[in-house]
Amino acid sequence: MPKAKIARKSTFVDMTAMTDVAFLLLNFILLTSNFVKPEAVSVSAPSSVSEVKIPEVNIMTILVDPDGKVFFGIDNQDARVELLSKIGDSYNISFTAQEKKEFGLVNSFGVPVESLKAFLALPSDKRSLKENALGIPCDSINNQFKTWVKFAREINGKDMAIAIKCDQTTPYPKIKNVMNSLQELRENRFNLITNLEGMPQGL
Amino acid sequence: MSEIVVEDKGGKKNKVKRLSTRVDMAPMCDLGFLLITFFMLSTSMAKPQTMDLNMPSRDKVSEAESSKVKESQAVTVLLGKDDKVYYFFGSASEEKIPDLKASNFSPSGIRDVLLQRNAEVAIQMRDLRAKLKKREISDEEFAKKSVEIKSSKNAPTVIIKATDEANYKNMVDILDEMQICSISRYALVDITDYDKELIKELENPGSSMLKK
Repeated sequence: MPKAKIARKSTFVDMTAMTDVAFLLLNFILLTSNFVKPEAVSVSAPSSVSEVKIPEVNIMTILVDPDGKVFFGIDNQDARVELLSKIGDSYNISFTAQEKKEFGLVNSFGVPVESLKAFLALPSDKRSLKENALGIPCDSINNQFKTWVKFAREINGKDMAIAIKCDQTTPYPKIKNVMNSLQELRENRFNLITNLEGMPQGL
Repeated sequence: MSEIVVEDKGGKKNKVKRLSTRVDMAPMCDLGFLLITFFMLSTSMAKPQTMDLNMPSRDKVSEAESSKVKESQAVTVLLGKDDKVYYFFGSASEEKIPDLKASNFSPSGIRDVLLQRNAEVAIQMRDLRAKLKKREISDEEFAKKSVEIKSSKNAPTVIIKATDEANYKNMVDILDEMQICSISRYALVDITDYDKELIKELENPGSSMLKK
């Protein structure tokens, strides 16, 4: 009986097409997305039906974590350096050139002015640790937050948008505090950062 | 591969070995997907949405300039603890204790109440949105018209007061309801002790200091 011959087929699969797809996707992702900027705290924003997009440049971000600690950041690096000098002058703290340079790279921070020097001396990966997230004082006795906003407005001009990103569970009095401080500075218009949620049906 | 293979007809087999031009693309494909994974994880596609909020100015306004809210159009919404919402119509004073009602953030809760109050505007806005969806009107036209509709004289004015027990989500939710219900006149106002007493009275009748 003759042996049944099984034709050996090559197992080689042509990957060219798949590679094409992979790089096409890669291109698409690269062009449409933007990098996540590291933030001092991670907060989960509530959702809303609002479809207004956040402005891309010249924006001041105020983060409030669930405990009500306030974090602050502006987007322009040169402005950050200028801001630090102004703050240093007003609180009588002199910052070295190195510290100013470091501060220019900090996206958002949340420490009182007194601890700022120690904060800037830390390596960047240790800054986001919980024990270093003290929050900027924002109460009637010691309202450093107000000073930061005031100077940021002076430096960035009237086009600067104020974005507030709060955690869902932040108690209302804490936010009221932040908004009151802003209102005292006549900053009556701000953007609340939210996640998108669909408009309910039938409306 | 570019050289010309001369065919020798003279019997001797002088075959030039043809090398395959096939390149194994598997590693390249791996690399592509690796990069995709990396960028997917380190970037964000969507820009976050924002909600515009205009707070009333703190500057002193003279009595004449300040806009008085018509009593019949006023709706006061109080945000309580545990995601509870309370509302009453008209104004509140010592003599006339308003009829405070409890509600919630579900679609049949405060939204229904506000929609009923704002029915005229809400229906017009719904038609306008439907038109926009069908591309019968442009975005600019939509914006213009919606401002027109929303500034209707019969539209209610909502006064939002949050108690200290409310959280940020409640605040955004109620502002969101304003957008859903197409209410353009609303304000975030500090809560008064009187309002707190009203809530207390509703939760535990007889426990508050309000006069019956």
